Amino acid sequence: MAVALDDRERAMLAGDLGTGAALAMRLVLLAADVLRAERLIPISRAHVDSCLHHGQASQDFVDRLLDGGAQVGVPTTLNVGTLDLLHPELWRGSAEAAARGRRLMESYRSLGCRPTFTCAPYQLPDARPQLGEQVAWAESNAIVFCNTVLGARTERYGDFTDIACAIAGRVPDAGLHRDEARHASIVLRLADDVPPSLVESDVLYPVLGIVLGRVAGAQVVALDGLPRLDEDRLKAVCAAAASSGSVAMFHVVGSTPEAPTLEAALGGRRPEREVEVTLDQLRSARDALSTGGAEPGDPIGAVSLGTPHASVTELAAIAEELDGGHVAPEVELLVSTSRGVMESEAARGPIARLREAGAEILVDTCSYLGPILRPTPLPTMTDSGKWAYYAPGNIGARVVFGSRRECVRSALRGTLWRDPGLWGGR
Amino acid sequence: MRGQVLFDGEAHGEALVLREPLSMWGGLDPETGVLIDAHHPQRGAVLTDRVVVMPSGRGSSSSSSVLAEAIRTGHAPAAILLGEPDLILAVGAAVGHELYERRIPILNLEAADLAGIRDGAALRIGRGGEVEIA
Repeated sequence: MAVALDDRERAMLAGDLGTGAALAMRLVLLAADVLRAERLIPISRAHVDSCLHHGQASQDFVDRLLDGGAQVGVPTTLNVGTLDLLHPELWRGSAEAAARGRRLMESYRSLGCRPTFTCAPYQLPDARPQLGEQVAWAESNAIVFCNTVLGARTERYGDFTDIACAIAGRVPDAGLHRDEARHASIVLRLADDVPPSLVESDVLYPVLGIVLGRVAGAQVVALDGLPRLDEDRLKAVCAAAASSGSVAMFHVVGSTPEAPTLEAALGGRRPEREVEVTLDQLRSARDALSTGGAEPGDPIGAVSLGTPHASVTELAAIAEELDGGHVAPEVELLVSTSRGVMESEAARGPIARLREAGAEILVDTCSYLGPILRPTPLPTMTDSGKWAYYAPGNIGARVVFGSRRECVRSALRGTLWRDPGLWGGR
Repeated sequence: MRGQVLFDGEAHGEALVLREPLSMWGGLDPETGVLIDAHHPQRGAVLTDRVVVMPSGRGSSSSSSVLAEAIRTGHAPAAILLGEPDLILAVGAAVGHELYERRIPILNLEAADLAGIRDGAALRIGRGGEVEIA
């Protein structure tokens, strides 16, 4: 199918704006072809994930763009890179690998991208798109958050396509950019046996996200019957759902902007499926996240919080849980956030309290991407469904999943602590 | 048979039918071509120069980079045949071609056509999405 182009798009493709812009436009048109779009539409922002090093090809590609004179055409934020440029001493890998990671991150700055280096660009007030805004976002959790929580519109863009759209300032007019793809076809509810105390705990939301991802595949789900969820809980569902499935959007009736009612979420149609999630199903999804094989009282080696990057309110909640105590000497407590959040006025107090308690603050990257945590044969605890899902494969971690309170208290004790009533006793 | 062209090219090779979708990121070692996903039933299989057949792509958007890197090292599959369109793999192949001038065709086939391909079958892929079983 031929894609209709305007004058500027044709000029870009012809190389009138440089060979870098022409390469970007070729990739945008390939995307249009695969997604069967008939035209391109302008975007107002982009979020780019290509700045994480996956081999020489990562650098060769950005060099080709830079050599061809390319610059981004819209305000563009960057996702995490290989290492924390503000705290480079936290890197435990080779100097060569660090240099490669750093060079790639710098190359994307040279294309005109903002050095935000965060997987949670939606926490930066000046990077948040508005309801209905057309954007090109990459990074699976950010894509879902953008569509679901902000009501801005992006498809699932990945490496190379993200920066190509940012340079071209265009995306294919297809998929979630259009109204018809944004309606839910599946309704998901918690069964009656899920206790209210669990619904009130932060621990439910990453587990619910894992279940949602499995149920949804690539379809849009409406979560019905939940209390109003704040952005931290929504973030946890988004990140976990995008780990276990190819989810790009869901609705939470009463919480997210395109779902004031169930009927609105469904676009007035009948759902294809209605699914109830029982307490047993949630427990089994929870158990699958813990591959560390640890029992209460067993020693732990590390605790990793802040995946996706911790917000100011999450940093404050962790500081609150630490309650003036100090992390056990044999345990490493690592909290990941963005440099933007870390440097914000509101985060100053919580960050100081975390550091006094012996926690380390990591920015610009994530602890499951490379050698950052202190090597330990003991399990690592996390409150993140996404971290639990990817860390065993990526860095060989033995993972124990728990609530924020379980993670922090375990860090203080040096041994696994379980909140006895949290899951109805099992 | 003929599929939807996601990225065009010519190739031939032995079919490697994957029983489950594979994410290239965390699933393919671009330095060796070996399938490394610990959760995948065919862990240890070598994808290099095979025509990889799978129902769909899966997971991470970083798979484009891993496929392009495998094309650079010479350890990429000869072609990838899918049961649904996949932008991530198409773009990985396109960038591999832009940078290293090697074409890995990526096609989307009808479910029945895909199911008819046996593991180890000799396949020839022509321009425009044509697939021949020898």
